[in-house]
Amino acid sequence: MTPEEDIERKRRQRSRNLVMGGLLLFFVVLFYAITIVRMGD
Amino acid sequence: MTQTAPLVLPADWRDFFALTKPRVMSLVIFTGLCGLLAAPGSIHPVLGFTAILCIALGAGGAAALNQWWEADLDAGMKRTAKRPLPAGRMQRGDARDFGIALSVASVLVMGLAIGWLAAGILALSILYYAVVYTIWLKPRTPQNIVIGGGAGAFPPLIGWVAVTGEITMMPVLLFAIIFFWTPPHFWALALFVKSDYAKVGIPMMPVARGETSTRRQILAYAVLLVPIAAAPWFIGGTGMVYGLAALALSLAFLALSLPVAFRQTGTDDAMKPEKRLFAFSILYLFALFAVLVVDRVLVVNGVTA
Repeated sequence: MTPEEDIERKRRQRSRNLVMGGLLLFFVVLFYAITIVRMGD
Repeated sequence: MTQTAPLVLPADWRDFFALTKPRVMSLVIFTGLCGLLAAPGSIHPVLGFTAILCIALGAGGAAALNQWWEADLDAGMKRTAKRPLPAGRMQRGDARDFGIALSVASVLVMGLAIGWLAAGILALSILYYAVVYTIWLKPRTPQNIVIGGGAGAFPPLIGWVAVTGEITMMPVLLFAIIFFWTPPHFWALALFVKSDYAKVGIPMMPVARGETSTRRQILAYAVLLVPIAAAPWFIGGTGMVYGLAALALSLAFLALSLPVAFRQTGTDDAMKPEKRLFAFSILYLFALFAVLVVDRVLVVNGVTA
């Protein structure tokens, strides 16, 4: 792997991790909200 | 001496996003939202948002599975050659796993948060698109679009059922509108990109049955769409605003299909009537479903009967 490819690999991994982290956080908040709403039914 | 596997860069997250066909998804989200908003009754905004999210995730999962299965075909067509799989930016197995994960997650969340009837229809729509259409019918019959169009017709039905919890005539009619809208919409596109489909051996109507037959069938579906689009008004499910708008839009659709139906492609043909019909067909569906919601708001507020 060339240094350029290594930099690109790290950049992609970092951006994928950020997106995955954001999605997980979003679903935590969503499930919390769904639970609160459903408890009120 | 040891052999090492070639290093493959991990796919960019944007390529996973592209697998979900975001442009198609926008129409899915819109029609699903309209079904949800036009349904009698109410749903908590959080649950309404969750229902639409699940419809979108399910559509995205089905689209990813479609691209996983058709990667080789996509590579042979100019329109699709730059997609993540044919362009070599992603491993095929990753696309399959991503599609399955999205599909399963969308059905489970829909079932737990909204209800299992809506979740069941969502599961059916994913299987319909990924298996019945993509794997089974698309490569086998020129009627692929007619039957496969059913997959795109599910979102308003699911949105409606998410609110009411039951299947009645109205959501079935919303399903029927998209079902009958899909063939003329897609065949208008297939008429001006037919060389691509012919190249990869997909029996699209213009390739398999010829142009004349396709053009006549576009007209037939446009004629059928007039009473079907207005049917929600005829059965008393909507007010006059929707009814009149549906008739006006469908008659305009019919008027644009007439020149498409009675012409033949010439040499160096710009295919303007076909492109105009295709563009209007997208506007038609957006406008029709938007009016459905506007009509519901007017009726609920006592502005119209």
